Amino acid sequence: MSEQPPLTVEQFYKYILQGKLMGGKCKKCGKVHLPPRPLCDNCFSKELEWTEIPQKGKLLTYTIIHVAPTQFQGMAPYAVGIVQLENWVQIPGMIRGVALEQIKIGMPLTIDFGECVSTQQWPQWPRYYFKPV
Amino acid sequence: MKGDPLVSIVSAGLSKFGKLEGLYAREIFAEAAKEAFDRCPKLDPKEDVRALFVGHMGESYEHQGHTGATMADWAGLLHIPATRTEAACASSGVALRAGIYAVLSGLCDVVMVGGVEKMTHRTTPEVTEYLAMASDYPFEQWHGITFPGLFALMATAHMHEYGTTERQLAMVAVKNHHHGSLNPKAHMQKEIALENALSSRAIAWPLKLFDCSLITDGASCLILTKPELAKKFTDTPVHIVGSGQASDTIGLYEREVFTSLAAAKLAAKKAYEMADAKPEDIDLAEVHDCFTIAEIIAYEDLGFCNPGEGGKLVESGETKLEGRLPVNTSGGLKAKGHPVGATGTAQAYEMYLQLTGQADRRQVENAETGLTHNVGGSGATATVHIYRRG
Repeated sequence: MSEQPPLTVEQFYKYILQGKLMGGKCKKCGKVHLPPRPLCDNCFSKELEWTEIPQKGKLLTYTIIHVAPTQFQGMAPYAVGIVQLENWVQIPGMIRGVALEQIKIGMPLTIDFGECVSTQQWPQWPRYYFKPV
Repeated sequence: MKGDPLVSIVSAGLSKFGKLEGLYAREIFAEAAKEAFDRCPKLDPKEDVRALFVGHMGESYEHQGHTGATMADWAGLLHIPATRTEAACASSGVALRAGIYAVLSGLCDVVMVGGVEKMTHRTTPEVTEYLAMASDYPFEQWHGITFPGLFALMATAHMHEYGTTERQLAMVAVKNHHHGSLNPKAHMQKEIALENALSSRAIAWPLKLFDCSLITDGASCLILTKPELAKKFTDTPVHIVGSGQASDTIGLYEREVFTSLAAAKLAAKKAYEMADAKPEDIDLAEVHDCFTIAEIIAYEDLGFCNPGEGGKLVESGETKLEGRLPVNTSGGLKAKGHPVGATGTAQAYEMYLQLTGQADRRQVENAETGLTHNVGGSGATATVHIYRRG
């Protein structure tokens, strides 16, 4: 069996940089983890593998951030939401490519890898976004 | 036995809440400790107090960690076991739990529990960043989700699912500011108008400035002992008869629903069972209104109304000081202020004043049974305590 990359946040973001949305899957109970975990929280198995996560989903809830932390101040106001992907796992992210007042709960969204860049400081993670389908 | 006291509060102290310029956290905590000692002349602090548990969220504010030992020293309690508890905004709700463990275990007859935070010397973007540390870093903070943003995500979901309105959210703020106007220790002691709340600037839509609690400095503490020793220290103890604590996913995004906090519901269930009480038995409550939506969700999670009816409950006026179930008579986090580490035991301080008849202009008549509800982060920690007049 070939060695697979570790089931870590670090590796999740390495996949993002490659334009892939990947999660963990427990080989024993089948639970899908997003973010990936090194230990299945359902059955305690450590037998996990990477699995591709559907890139489309629907918006469950959202907000428009006006007062942002220092590093995001230049981007405000911006929208963030929680998206339920087609396999039911949920992840949050910024929503781009749509006027803020057009955003609606239930709208279909897809992941947008955009210009994924890495910074020099920890953490060297790229950022993914969501955009309308 | 169900409903029997777990521990008794024999004294309590609270610093002034507000912008305490020029003070360091330890100096503010000393003010709260002094009040607790002065209220209880029969207590010999150095002889009687056997441990300190103190809630404190952030080292970043003052570039100062190691809060347990520091606060024990500044309270004049050098050399006792001193432990800092951290659970974001529930840091001192958890300190209270730790004190209950210590007394019930038999290891300590008398303990001090409390909390402290010094925040106002930092800029709003700095505080926004430090508070966000209570949320998930790689998926929430990394994607620009602020702390108000997390509660805004809940508010949007609640409005969508139940038709809760921005006006109902603003009513929570108006009520709590009215209560705060009656509390001489509150950060903001003035009334606000509903229209002003509704027209205040957006922080994280749908939450506006007046939907958010205050960035505040302050400290709080309680003296706990075994129920059988309470009368040695005071004729008017307040008993804690129920205590619940629960946890949930650090990320809000992983939860099944965004309109309710599972940890708060679980903590409440445990506390009600222990106290042999029902929501109808509660005469008054201090709930964690870090944002107005949080108070509405708290009503529902604590069983004060059905899910989805929190907005209607605030609209009915029943949770005002003169209502059937006054909530946040202190002014809550909204007007009294929210020095995050101090909040859990500050809620208990209000309950102590109310149940011993010392709440002055905001006194709830004939209050027998009270409840406090303290939430950490977006609900990854919650504590609920139930109190009975001794």
